Amino acid sequence: MRASRGSEANRWIWLAPSVLWLVFVLLLPLGFIIAVSFAERGLYGGVHWRFGLENYRRALDPLYFPVYARSFLMAAVTTALCLLIGYPVAYAIALRVSPKWKQALLVLSILPFWTSFLLRTYAWMFLLRAEGFVNTMLLTLGVIERPISWLLYSDFAVVVGQVYGELPFAILPVYVALERVDVRVIEAAMDLGANRWRVFWRVVVPLTRPGIITALVLVFIPSLGAFITPDLLGGAKSAMLGTVIQNQFVQRNPPMGSALSVLLILAVLALLWMAWRAAGVKERQ
Amino acid sequence: MATATSAIRVEGVTKRYGAVTALEAVSLEVERGEFLTLLGPSGSGKTTLLRVIAGLERPDEGRVYLGGEDVTDLPPYRRRVHTVFQQYVLFPHLNVYKNVAFGLEQKRLPRREIERRVTAALELVRLSGYERRWPHELSGGEQQRVALARALVLEPEALLLDEPLAALDLQLRKEMQRELKRLQREVGISFLMVTHDQEEALALSDRLAVIAGGRLQQIGTPREVYENPETAFVATFLGSANVFEAEVMARENGDALLAVCGRTVRVSLNGRRLEGSRAQVAVRPEKIALRARPLRKTDLVQLEGVIEERLYLGDATHWRVRVGEQSVLVTEPNRPGSRAEAFRDGQRVFLYWARESIVVLSQ
Repeated sequence: MRASRGSEANRWIWLAPSVLWLVFVLLLPLGFIIAVSFAERGLYGGVHWRFGLENYRRALDPLYFPVYARSFLMAAVTTALCLLIGYPVAYAIALRVSPKWKQALLVLSILPFWTSFLLRTYAWMFLLRAEGFVNTMLLTLGVIERPISWLLYSDFAVVVGQVYGELPFAILPVYVALERVDVRVIEAAMDLGANRWRVFWRVVVPLTRPGIITALVLVFIPSLGAFITPDLLGGAKSAMLGTVIQNQFVQRNPPMGSALSVLLILAVLALLWMAWRAAGVKERQ
Repeated sequence: MATATSAIRVEGVTKRYGAVTALEAVSLEVERGEFLTLLGPSGSGKTTLLRVIAGLERPDEGRVYLGGEDVTDLPPYRRRVHTVFQQYVLFPHLNVYKNVAFGLEQKRLPRREIERRVTAALELVRLSGYERRWPHELSGGEQQRVALARALVLEPEALLLDEPLAALDLQLRKEMQRELKRLQREVGISFLMVTHDQEEALALSDRLAVIAGGRLQQIGTPREVYENPETAFVATFLGSANVFEAEVMARENGDALLAVCGRTVRVSLNGRRLEGSRAQVAVRPEKIALRARPLRKTDLVQLEGVIEERLYLGDATHWRVRVGEQSVLVTEPNRPGSRAEAFRDGQRVFLYWARESIVVLSQ
């Protein structure tokens, strides 16, 4: 159908706010970062506008590979744990709990968002430090004789903080997918001889695959670039992609930080494309 | 397993949801190879009974036996009955082949055995060549056939069908009715079907059971239940019926002398007991004939009435005739030269029926 001139103009007026938002908040800064990533580091943290591939060559130096590998591994562990915890929680809320409790439990699961993430991360420091709540409790109960030293400033602490922060992003998409599963399909599977375990793996999981993929994407991508949690909860040795990028800007090397950011964006885009393909095959069914 | 046992036996099953009693002390038996229909209005408990047999609901009281084995405490996946659900409920993420193979895979049968049986089942429901199709690509009738194949491939003790044809349009429904009957004869498995469609129940069943308010009202062959309904509910729910109040004048040797609309008639009680001086009788509308003039000498019951309303339905005409206080329904097939065509509203007519057409109802 061909739109008339009037409605064409009309459509642009309605689209204008979101287009302006996209241009000024997303595209322009992104373009700026890409431009800077090809520039040179100036004196005193400035940008010297001479273009070259030097930053990328440095970024792809094997020196950085352990950092990338660590970041991927931590993001993968975080994502796996989020799904392992989030799926049963979503399952219970969607299919086990009586309808009147559903809303309350969903609100509870996103309640932490009401305070700042930074604040909540400090709360974890308070809980996990050597003389913190967890250690004190365990000492009092006589479970341990000495405070556990690896609770804070460790990979363990980073994973705990990340899982805690990202868990709602795993619960919500899985919950939405589970809500859409027809209970009668589950009954049909049981009627045809599938026990609860097999119903879960052969029917419920395949039917909630779009939700699982969404959860994977929503948890993995922010985890890959996370810097607050590794910075506050991580150990001194445990550099991660997010903290390295942050350091570049702090240490007055915006071009290098930009190049690393661009590489991170490319990696994320590649992952998104893979997730989109995985979900796309499903849609065709 | 004993061979003389019935496929399904339900004993005194009661099911309550809070204050609502969905089933009350229902007992029922489905013989091997029998096609039994549960007929009832919506909310009568017929689907609940099916779900209790399938194991999807637990009865509060009573037992369920399949092939003589008490399965009341077994989960649905351990019972050798399978269900064809009302909306088919195929697995949307599996193609036709995988849908039919689902149950066989749960039994961990060898791949070649599964392939052989799925192929045979699809052939049985005439869907060969549909293996790679997806459920959403199929028409309602085709989905229905997949649902049938998916359950039949497991060779169950009995097949449970929950309003299997309700979602189909009229033309397809007629076709699938014949298809169901053919399938049932071919596989020889007991079918227990739930429906609210009386015509479907009459056409398909070896026996039918009328259920209402969670109680079994009557069970028998379609002819028995139709010709000799036990209660006013059964008489009016299965087909239509004129129910008359009658006065009991006398009873002797299983017969009774009743006063109906001012006429005294001797009727057979058919083993039913009459208590007190009042009774209800039913007469099917197609058993009543209309005439413009009275018959002089006759054994037939003869009443006088006035035409109230005529409803032309193509194959038949439905008349409403006022007889005293009561409005009587009369249906007549439209044959060439049918005199009934000529009756006008307000015309005085005479109604006749044989006294064998009078059915004494239980209170």
